[in-house]
Amino acid sequence: MDLIFGVPAPLLLGQLILGLVNGATYAILSLGLAVIFGMLNVINFAHGAQYMLGAFTAWMMANWLGLGFWYALFLAPLVVGAAGIVLERVFLRHLYDKDHLFGLLFTFGAAMVVEGLFRYQFGSTGQRYANPLPGGLQLGFMFLPYYRALVVPAALVVCFGTWFVIERTQLGAYLRAATEDPVLVRAFGINVPVLITLTYGFGVALAALAGVMAAPIQNVSPLMGANVIIAVFAVVVIGGLNSIMGAIVTGFSLGVIEGLAKVFLPETSDTVIFVIMAIVLFLRPAGLFGQEK
Amino acid sequence: MQPDAAIILQIRGLHAFYGESHALHGIDLQVHEGELVTLLGRNGAGKSTTLKCIMGAIPRRLGSIRLRDREVVAAPSDRIARLGAAWCPEHRGIFSSLTVEENLLLPPVIARGGLSVEEIYTLFPNLAERRRSQGTRLSGGEQQMLAIGRILRTGARLLLLDEPTEGLAPVIVQKIGDAIRQLKTRGYTILLVEQNFRFAAGIADRHYVMEDGLVVDHVLAADIGTATDRLHEYLAV
Repeated sequence: MDLIFGVPAPLLLGQLILGLVNGATYAILSLGLAVIFGMLNVINFAHGAQYMLGAFTAWMMANWLGLGFWYALFLAPLVVGAAGIVLERVFLRHLYDKDHLFGLLFTFGAAMVVEGLFRYQFGSTGQRYANPLPGGLQLGFMFLPYYRALVVPAALVVCFGTWFVIERTQLGAYLRAATEDPVLVRAFGINVPVLITLTYGFGVALAALAGVMAAPIQNVSPLMGANVIIAVFAVVVIGGLNSIMGAIVTGFSLGVIEGLAKVFLPETSDTVIFVIMAIVLFLRPAGLFGQEK
Repeated sequence: MQPDAAIILQIRGLHAFYGESHALHGIDLQVHEGELVTLLGRNGAGKSTTLKCIMGAIPRRLGSIRLRDREVVAAPSDRIARLGAAWCPEHRGIFSSLTVEENLLLPPVIARGGLSVEEIYTLFPNLAERRRSQGTRLSGGEQQMLAIGRILRTGARLLLLDEPTEGLAPVIVQKIGDAIRQLKTRGYTILLVEQNFRFAAGIADRHYVMEDGLVVDHVLAADIGTATDRLHEYLAV
């Protein structure tokens, strides 16, 4: 059997591909967090719960309404995004001129309530969600299910679509400018509060989309968000809290690095992200792609 | 100014508050269509606050601000912008995440009759050369030109310019003065905040003098000769 750095090639390549699939989730989640932080100055600790809600909405649509995966892929982000808009209008908007800590504590509390309710209703073992694309590719070194193979390019399309809108369109110019000086942008005639609300809704919808995409891969469980969100925060910190490209690139890279860690030093695979975060914070406090203020 | 020109901006008994502090104590002023009016006064007299109030950029304001016969003292600032007022703030507000051209194209067009991008580049040729640069890489003078040029595209006819000459070299001040004169001949109505009295005296039709949040004097351009000593006293530090 071929060895790469003393490791069987199939094992290495397999973990690389699985890492990329996990990285797709990290990238979409950290992208949503970066978009929300940039515009609202709120660290959205509810992001994990909103990811979980996306997966559960897809599960409920399938089990209670008979709506399949492809419907849920579009409808669940809309439903969860709309719930996010209500949360922003009713609660979050009162916290913008307060310290960051208030937004963080509020969203953290909201996440605990939602996750608690779902655990009460569904238990913590989790539900299975049927694979919408059975079958797969025999690559020789591994069997790659079609669905997982599709997750990576789909995530790339979502990420770069978002990047394009923010960095290359007039709407994106409004968003970037409003991040810097909302008072002036409003004085140009742009309804900045509506822009902020829609941005939050969009960021939440991204979390829900990641949840729907993850549903056929993982167990749909009330705690799935809580498990992933801390790693995603590390991703955003490494990439740079206000950098869209940083969130995307770091998301995918850390999925891959985690995969490699599972091969070479399995006992570090859960902590490697945080070690990298510590090193990056030490060398570049604004993150790899962030700009010092 | 035509003697019967319409009043575009009418302010009566305007009060403004920053948190607990009371910044404007009931000011009155008016600006007619096509006029160039300055607000003179020392730092902290309330000149910039007055512009911010007109633009709706200060949360607590009381009294009356009528823009083309519409009461806007309680209106949100995006609605005020759409009624034809445009603000060039003292801090210039050039966005670092946008290129020069993106900065120029940022404010949405709210009415017909604004300058085209080419006309703005003709007015400020420096900007054309640097259109791909990051907005904040420009020199102070160029940033000021960009901040003024940016609000000429939108079709707004009332320009609120907050100390456009502050901190700039004399040759740049002259260029900005030329541009403001050209805007006046094009029929723009301009309310200009200035501390540089010589600059203001050279271009304005009338002057309001502010002190401690009040309008304390009013001087026509024609009377400026006899009022010079008085004005110097107001502006002396």
